[in-house]
Amino acid sequence: MTFQAGVFYFFSAVLLWSAAMVVTIRNPVKAALFLVLAFVSAASLWMLAEAEFLAIVLVLVYVGAVMVLFLFVVMMIDVNLAVLRQGFGEYLPIGGLVAVLMVIEIALAVGPRQFPAMRAGVSPAIVHHLSNTRELGTLLYTTYVYPFEVAAVILLVAIIAAIALTMRRRPDTKYQDPARQVEVRAQDRMRLVKMPAEPKA
Amino acid sequence: MVSLSEYLILAAALFAIGIVGVFLNRKNLVVLLMAIELILLAVNLNFVAFSHFLWGISGQIFVFFVLTVAAAESAIGLAILIVLFRNRRTINVDDFDTLKG
Repeated sequence: MTFQAGVFYFFSAVLLWSAAMVVTIRNPVKAALFLVLAFVSAASLWMLAEAEFLAIVLVLVYVGAVMVLFLFVVMMIDVNLAVLRQGFGEYLPIGGLVAVLMVIEIALAVGPRQFPAMRAGVSPAIVHHLSNTRELGTLLYTTYVYPFEVAAVILLVAIIAAIALTMRRRPDTKYQDPARQVEVRAQDRMRLVKMPAEPKA
Repeated sequence: MVSLSEYLILAAALFAIGIVGVFLNRKNLVVLLMAIELILLAVNLNFVAFSHFLWGISGQIFVFFVLTVAAAESAIGLAILIVLFRNRRTINVDDFDTLKG
């Protein structure tokens, strides 16, 4: 077993273990943290598969942004865990059966017998002395520039939808109205009262 | 040297764990979203593995777009979750039966 294979098996084991913890652990906060571990392991595997840019993007975007969003939501809402865990293992036999059958089927379809000659060679990027990021960017801004623009629009739609869904006007919030502030005149606010000075006793 | 089959079987196992997560956590909407993230991660792993072994960079472009759509999906999903929790004070999927006739 080469060093590379050892690294692959180590990160695969961590990835599968943390994914199993995500779906079985009781506390949603811990589930989110295990999902972070799963994403970091997957990023390491992508690094091993020479997809360096995507590995960094996975860590930055997923661990840095999406998982923080998940943690924020999980911590903001207080859930009744006892109710949510009712009937937790109820569907485990059928779900486990489906999962095991699926893995066996896919393993039969993509097993080593089907891809005997698929060994990683020297990628074209290394032959042309290009970095992975440069190669990806070249393709993204030429051949795939139209899908790239569509992806930007999708992100814009997501921003607007998320803000429009969660924004609400609170009636009891106090805020300033500058137009009414500058309209104020002194005689509306202040009243001069004449009083006789009280003599000293 | 790691072969393509090992990457694909790993992705299949990850996908299956995501499916089991949907089966197990039918009531907890947050963990359901996390299971969907796991499934998408398995698909992305397939794309990266094929891109590596077929010497083409297009698979990585696809991963880029899948990541974009997945980020948008989780952002909107969590926003809907917050609105639901604000209105119903629960994230139990069984309680969202207002449309039932």
